[in-house]
Amino acid sequence: MARNWEEFFVEKILLIAAVSSVVIILAIIGFVVGQGYTALGTIGIINFVFGLIWNPDYGLYGIFPLIIGTLSVVAVSLLFAVPLSILGAMFLAEVAPRTMRRILRPTIQTLAGVPSVIYGFFGLIVLVPFMRTHFGGSGFSILTASLILTVMVLPTILSISEDALRSIPVEYKEASLGLGATHWQTIKNVIFPAAIPGVITGVILGMGRAIGETMAVLMVAGNVPLIPTSILSPVRTLTANIALEMGEATGLHYNALFATGIVLLVIIVILLLIVNWVNYRQRVTIGGGYL
Amino acid sequence: MNRIIPPKHANSIMNVIFWGVGILAIAILVLVIGYLLYVGLPQVNLTFLFTDPIDNGAAGGIWPSIVSTFYITIVALVVAAPLGVLAAVYLAEYSGENTFVKTIRFATETLASVPSIVFGLFGLAFFVVYLQMGFCILAGGLTLALMAIPTILRTSEVAIETVPQSYKEGSMALGSSKWQTVIRVVIPAAIGGITTGIILGMARAVEETAAILYTVGATTTVPVSLFDGGDPLPLHLYTLATEGISLPNAYGTAAVLVILILVITFSTNYLVERYTKKMMGR
Repeated sequence: MARNWEEFFVEKILLIAAVSSVVIILAIIGFVVGQGYTALGTIGIINFVFGLIWNPDYGLYGIFPLIIGTLSVVAVSLLFAVPLSILGAMFLAEVAPRTMRRILRPTIQTLAGVPSVIYGFFGLIVLVPFMRTHFGGSGFSILTASLILTVMVLPTILSISEDALRSIPVEYKEASLGLGATHWQTIKNVIFPAAIPGVITGVILGMGRAIGETMAVLMVAGNVPLIPTSILSPVRTLTANIALEMGEATGLHYNALFATGIVLLVIIVILLLIVNWVNYRQRVTIGGGYL
Repeated sequence: MNRIIPPKHANSIMNVIFWGVGILAIAILVLVIGYLLYVGLPQVNLTFLFTDPIDNGAAGGIWPSIVSTFYITIVALVVAAPLGVLAAVYLAEYSGENTFVKTIRFATETLASVPSIVFGLFGLAFFVVYLQMGFCILAGGLTLALMAIPTILRTSEVAIETVPQSYKEGSMALGSSKWQTVIRVVIPAAIGGITTGIILGMARAVEETAAILYTVGATTTVPVSLFDGGDPLPLHLYTLATEGISLPNAYGTAAVLVILILVITFSTNYLVERYTKKMMGR
C-alpha cells in the first residue's frame, strides 16, 4: 500500500516538472503582454507597427523601420546561409569521407556553441573595419550583420538538414545509383527532394534564431532606426532596440519596448506553427505513418 | 555506364564545391577562435584573472566577472537541471502521446525558440520588479534557468528513450515498481545523455548576454550573496567593447570566454562519444 502512495506522489511530482514548461511560457507571454499591452492601447496597434519614426524623446513609437531592419538582416543572412548549409549537409551526409566528417561535425558544433557576444566582438574588431575599408561607409551595416548571422544560423540549418538527408531510406539511393545516375544526380534528384520537409524545418528554425539574435547584431548593425536604403545602410533590429533602450526607459517608453517583445513573440510562434504544420504534412504525405 | 559526359562533369564540379563548403566552415571557426586567442591570450595572466577591475575595467582584472559567471551558472543549473530531467522522465516514461503531452512539447519548443532578449524582458518584469529581487545574481540566474530547461529536457528525453526496453522489463520482472526501475535502471543507463544535456544547458547559461543585460545589474565588485549584483563575463566583454573602455582588457576577456566555451564543448563531445560507444557496444 505504501508503495502505491509513493508511486502516486512521484508521478505527480514528475507531472509538475513536465508542466513547468507550459507554466513558464504562459508566464512569459503573460508578463510581456501585460507590460506591453498598455503601450499598444495608447499608441494604437496600427501606429505602432506601421509608424515610420521611432523617437521616444518626441513620443514617436513606430517600429516599422525596426521590422524592416530585422527582415533585411534575416533575409540577407538566409540568402548566404541556406545554400551553404544545404551543401554542407549534403557533404556531411553523403560525400565526406570518415576523417572529414570527424573533423567537420565537431567544427559545426563548436560554431553553434560560440557565444553571440563573441561573434559580435569579432565582428566589431575585424569585420566592421574590413567592411569600412573595402565598401566605404561606417562599416556597420545590413551586410556586416548578415555575414555574422550567416555563421550563427549555419549550424542550425545544417544539422537539421543533415538529419533529414540521413533519414532517407538507403533503397532510394541504391535504386537511383543502380539506374546509372551519378552520385550528384542521386543527391539532387532523389535524396534532396525526399528530405525537403526536414530542410524547410531547419531553415525556419534558423530563421527563428536569426530573428531572435540580439548581441551580435547589436554590435555590428549600426542601430540607426531608419528604413535602410541599401545593403550597406546601418539598421536597427527589433531585438537590438530592446537591448539598447531598456536601460533608461520609463513610462510609455518602457511599455513600448515590451510591446516590441510582443511582436517578436508573435513572429516566433507563427514560425513554430509553420514548422509543426510542415512536419505534420510530411507524416501525412509519406504514406500513412509507414515511414 | 556513364555514357553522357556532362553528369560526370557535374559530379566532379559538385565534389569540389562540397569540399569547398566543408573547408570554409572549418576556416571560419579557426579564423574566429584563432584570432581572438591570438590577440587575447597575451593579455591573460594570473593578475588579470584574479584581480578586481579598476575604473569599470579600464585597467585591472576580471575576477568579479569570473565569480559572477560561476554563481549565475550554478543558480541556473540548480533550478533547471532537476526540472528538465524530471520533466524528461515524465515525457519518456510516464506519458502516452496525447493532446496534453503535445501541448507540453509545443510549449518546450516555443520556450527553446523565444529570443533571449524576451527572456530578459520577462526576467526584468517578473524577477526584478514583480518579485522585488532587484538587479542581482539570483534574478539573472533564474532567467538563465528558464532558458536552459528546454535544452536539458530534450537531450535527457532522447537519452532516456534510447534505454533498451529489455532493461526495464528485466527490472519490472524482478518485482521493482515503476519508480524503482526509473531510478535504479533507466537513469543510470541514460546518465551519459543526461549529463550531456546538463552541460549543454550550462553552456547556454555561460554564454548568454541579452537575457542578463537587465537582470543582474552591472556591479564590478565581487558578488557575495545571491542578492548582490554581478557582471558575468559576456556582459563584461560587451560593456568593455561597446563603451570603448579598454580594448586590451576586452581581448583578454574574450579569450577567457572562448577558452571556457571550448572546454565545455570538448567535454560534451568526449562524453557523447564515450556514451555512444558504450550504448553501441551492447
